[in-house]
Amino acid sequence: MYTTDLSGKKSKPEAAATEDPAKLAAFEARVAADEFIEPKDWMPEAYRRTLIRQISQHAHSEIVGMLPEGNWITRAPNLRRKAILLAKVQDEAGHGLYLYCAAETLGVSRDEMTEALLSGKAKYSTIFNYPTLTWADIGAIGWLVDGAAIMNQVPLQRTSYGPYARAMVRICKEESFHQRQGYEIMMHLAAGTPEQKRMAQDALNRWWWPSLMMFGPPDDKSPNTEQSMRWRIKRDTNDELRQKFVDITVPQAEAIGLTVPDPDLKWNDARGAYDFGEVDWEEFYAVVRGEGAVAKERMQARVKAWEDGAWVREAARVHAEKRANARVAAE
Amino acid sequence: MSDPSKEWPLWEVFVRGKGGLSHRHVGSVHAADGKMALEHARDTYTRRMEGVSLWVLPSAQIVASDPGDAAALFAPAEDKVYRHPTFYKIPDGITHI
Repeated sequence: MYTTDLSGKKSKPEAAATEDPAKLAAFEARVAADEFIEPKDWMPEAYRRTLIRQISQHAHSEIVGMLPEGNWITRAPNLRRKAILLAKVQDEAGHGLYLYCAAETLGVSRDEMTEALLSGKAKYSTIFNYPTLTWADIGAIGWLVDGAAIMNQVPLQRTSYGPYARAMVRICKEESFHQRQGYEIMMHLAAGTPEQKRMAQDALNRWWWPSLMMFGPPDDKSPNTEQSMRWRIKRDTNDELRQKFVDITVPQAEAIGLTVPDPDLKWNDARGAYDFGEVDWEEFYAVVRGEGAVAKERMQARVKAWEDGAWVREAARVHAEKRANARVAAE
Repeated sequence: MSDPSKEWPLWEVFVRGKGGLSHRHVGSVHAADGKMALEHARDTYTRRMEGVSLWVLPSAQIVASDPGDAAALFAPAEDKVYRHPTFYKIPDGITHI
C-alpha cells in the first residue's frame, strides 16, 4: 500500500548520467532478466535512493498505522476481538521492523529514518491521517485498507531488490489474516441491529475513497512510475491496481448488504470491469501535504513515544556496555 | 538525536524451522545486547511458530565475500564437470551405480 511514491516530483536524471555506463548497462540487463539485486551488489545511486525512500516510507506507514487501530484496543467489544486486534497491531510493528531492516541494508541508519519521520521530512501513507471514529472503522480498515495493501504488496514479492522482496513475502503471508478479520467485523455488524448496520455503512462511506487514494495519483500524474517499473521496484501501475481493487471489493460489499458510496459505479460488460467515479485528488494532495484530519495528532504520538522511550534506550545501552567491560576485566 | 554511537547495534537473526533443519537467516534486529537481541528476534520473527530455535549474532562480525569477486570465486567450478556423476558414461545393463 504504502509503497506509493508521494514525492510528487520527477526524480532528477543527473545521477544516471554520472554512472559508469558499462556497469549501468549490466545492472539494467540483470534487472530486466528478473534477477535479484542484493545489498553488496553494484547499483545506480538513483536506484538506491528511490528504494530507500520507498521502503522507509512503507516502514513508516506500518508504524504510524498502529495508531488508528491502537485507538480501539481498550474498547474492543469483547475479549476475542481484543486479542485479535492486539495481534494485528503487533503484526504492523513487525512489518515496520522487517522493512526498516531491509532499508538499512542500503546504507541508511535506523536513527536517520526515525528522524526523517519525526521531523516531517519523510512521508507515510495518507490513509492513516483519517480518524477512527467507531468500532466499525476497525472492520473497514482491515477489510479495505489491508485489502488495498495486499493488492499493492503481492506483486512486490517479486520486486528486484532481494531484502525488500523477502520482507514482502513475510508481510503478505501475515496480511491476509488482517483483511479477513476486518471483513468478519463488517459482516457481523451488517447482519446485526439496524443501528449496527448503519455503523458499518457509515464506516464504508468514510473509508472507501481514502482506500482508493492509497494506490497513489493517476498514472498520468505519477512521473516516476515508468522508471520504477523498469527497475522492477514497482510491478503494476497505480490505476491498474486501483481497478483491480474495485473489481474484487464491490462484490464483497454486496455480499453483506453494504453499498459502495459511488453513484457512478457501474459494471461495464465490454471492459469486464467496473466503471467508477473520480477520486477527489485535491483531498489526496491536501493529505499528502499534511492537512489530514489527525496528521498532527499522529506525529505528536510518535514523537512522544520516541522521547518517552529515550531513557530506556539509553539505560539498556549503558547497562550492556558496563557488562561487556566487566567481562573484559574478568578475563 | 542521530548520534550513530547511541544506536543499539544491529544483530542478524537465524531461525531453525524445526528439528532436523539448519538455522536460516531471516532478517535483523537492533538490541543493546545478545539477550535482548534474542527477545526482539522472538517477537519480530517467530509470532506464528516459525521456529524452534534462534541464533543472533552481531552484524558487524560477519565477514562476507565481495559480489565483485563472484566470477573468480565460483566460476572455476564450472569447467570441472567431472565432479558430477552425469559426466561418466556407463554401459546399459550395469545397475546400482
